[in-house]
Amino acid sequence: MRSRDIKEKTVRVTLTAMAGSSLLALAGIVIFLFMEGLPLFSEYSFFNFLFGNLWYPTEEPGLFGIFPLLVASLAVTVLSSMLAVPMGVLTAVYLTEIAHPTVRRIIKPFVELLAALPSVVLGFLGMVVLAPFLQDYLDAASGLNLLNASLVLALMSVPTICSVSEDALFGVPRDLREASLALGATRWQTTVRVVIPAALSGIGTAVMLGMSRAIGETMVVLMVAGGAGIIPTSLLDPIRPMPASIAAEMAEAAFRSEHYHALFAIGIVLFFLTLAFNLAAGYIAEKHRQVGTSSL
Amino acid sequence: MTIGKLFATALTVLSLSAPAMAAQQVVINGSTTVLPVVQKAGESFMASHPDMELSISGGGSGNGIKALIEKQCDIAMSSRDIKDKEVEAAKKNGVTPNRVTIAIDAIVPVVNPANPVAALTTAQLRDIYNGKVTNWKEVGGHDGKIVVISRDTSSGTFECWQELIMKEERVNPAALMQASNGAVVQAVSKNKNAIGYVGLGYLDKSTKGLKVNDVTANPQTALSKQWPIARELFVFTNGTPAGAAKAFVEYLLDPGKGQKDVLEVGYVPLGK
Repeated sequence: MRSRDIKEKTVRVTLTAMAGSSLLALAGIVIFLFMEGLPLFSEYSFFNFLFGNLWYPTEEPGLFGIFPLLVASLAVTVLSSMLAVPMGVLTAVYLTEIAHPTVRRIIKPFVELLAALPSVVLGFLGMVVLAPFLQDYLDAASGLNLLNASLVLALMSVPTICSVSEDALFGVPRDLREASLALGATRWQTTVRVVIPAALSGIGTAVMLGMSRAIGETMVVLMVAGGAGIIPTSLLDPIRPMPASIAAEMAEAAFRSEHYHALFAIGIVLFFLTLAFNLAAGYIAEKHRQVGTSSL
Repeated sequence: MTIGKLFATALTVLSLSAPAMAAQQVVINGSTTVLPVVQKAGESFMASHPDMELSISGGGSGNGIKALIEKQCDIAMSSRDIKDKEVEAAKKNGVTPNRVTIAIDAIVPVVNPANPVAALTTAQLRDIYNGKVTNWKEVGGHDGKIVVISRDTSSGTFECWQELIMKEERVNPAALMQASNGAVVQAVSKNKNAIGYVGLGYLDKSTKGLKVNDVTANPQTALSKQWPIARELFVFTNGTPAGAAKAFVEYLLDPGKGQKDVLEVGYVPLGK
C-alpha cells in the first residue's frame, strides 16, 4: 500500500514540477526582458520611442523612434492574415466538408508538411525566387518588400490556421449538420450558416495563432522584407518589421548601452502585441463557446 | 550505478581533462569583422602550440574592448580605434590598452553587373546614400530609381562607410538595411538598379565593384591608402602583449602564417 502511495505522490510531484518549470521559464524570460528594456526610458521618453520616426541608434545622442518599425510589423501581419485566413479556413472547410476521407488522409499531412519547413528556407526562397519575380513582373524597385514578406508569411501561417480550424470544424456535432439539412438547406448553406458559426471559437483561435506567428516571425522578415525604416505607402515598398531590427543589430550592439536597451524595449513592445493577440484569441474562444456534446 | 563506481568514473574523467586545464588559456573577444581572421589563425596556432588554448568569441568591437577593460579577456579584436571614453574607463580600472594593427580592410561599393556605371566619386556616393541623388541617370547611368542597400547600424562595415564616405551625414532611412555582407551581395546581384557596399573579400562575379575617385580596389591600393575607403583592423591587449598572448599576436603578424590567413579570409595583409 505504501509503495503505491509513494509512486502516486512522486508522479504528481514530477508533473507539477514540469508544469512549474515552464511557467518559471516564462516568468524568467519576461522579467529579463523588462530588466534589460526598461533602463532605456530613464533617458529617452516613451512617447518619442513609440512615435518617433527616426531610428539612428549609433548617433550621439541616439535616436530611437520605432514608429515605422511598428507600422511595418502591423502592416505585414494584416496583409499576410488577409491572404492566409481565407486560404486556411477554406482549406479546412474543404477537408472537413467536401473531401473524400481518403483524399483528406492524403492532403492533410501535406498541408502540415508546409508547417515543417524551416523559416530560413522559406526566407531564402523568397529572396532568391520571389524577389526577382516581383521585380520583373510587377515592376517593383526592389523585390524585397512588403508584398514579398506578406506572401511568405501567409504561406507559413496557412498550415497553422488550417490545422486548428479543421479540428474546430470537425468538432461540430453531426446533429447540427443533419438538422440543418433536414430543414432543407443546401450543403453550402449549412456550411456557411451553421457549421462555421458553430466552430467560430476554434476558427478565431486559429486566426489569432496564425497572426501571432506572423508578427513574431524573424528570419523571413529579416531576409525578404527589405530593411528600409520607412512607413510603407505602397505594397511594393521595402519595410523593416520589429523582429528584423532586433535580429540584425543585437549581435554588435555594445553590451548594456542605450542601443542594447532600445532593442530589448522593442522586444517588450513585441511581447505586449503578442499578449494582446493571445488575449483576443481567448476572448473570442470564450464568447462563441458552444457547450454541448463537443466543444473546443 | 553504485556511488563508488560513480565516484571512480568522475575521478577518471577529471584526470583525463587535467592536461586541458593545465594549458595556457588566452581569451579573445570582439569584432565580428576580425573574427574570421583570428579563428583561422587560431586553429593553426593551436595545432602548432598544443600547450596553448585559445577561447575565441565575437560580440562586436565595443563588446571586446569592454571585456578588455574589465579584465575579462586577454586580447580584444576591434575594427575601429578605441574611443577616448573607453581609454579613460580603462585607466580607471588599471588597464593600459595597447593597439596592434593586424590587417587592412577595404570596403568596395558594388552594383549589378548589368549596370553601365563603373565609377563614382566619394561625393556622388555620399549624395546617393543620403538621398539627394535618386536616379541613375544623374550619375551617368540609365533612367532608373536607385535602390540603396546599406548595412545595419551596429556593423563595423557600416561604421567605416559612415566615417569615410558619409562624413557624419545620415544614411537615408529608405535605404534597405541588410544584416551581412553576404545578404548585400545577394540583394545587389538580383536587382539591376541596386547599389551596396561590401568588404574586399566579398567581391565576386555576381556583382561589379566600382572605381572610386578613379582608383580601383585591390590589395595594393588599400595598403598604399590610395583607396579612400580602407580601415585598419586591430587587436588590443593590456599593456604590451606577454606570454601566450604575445605568441599569438606574433603569429598573427608573421607573413608566412597569420598574414596568409588574413589574405585567405579576404582582407589585405600588412605590407612589408
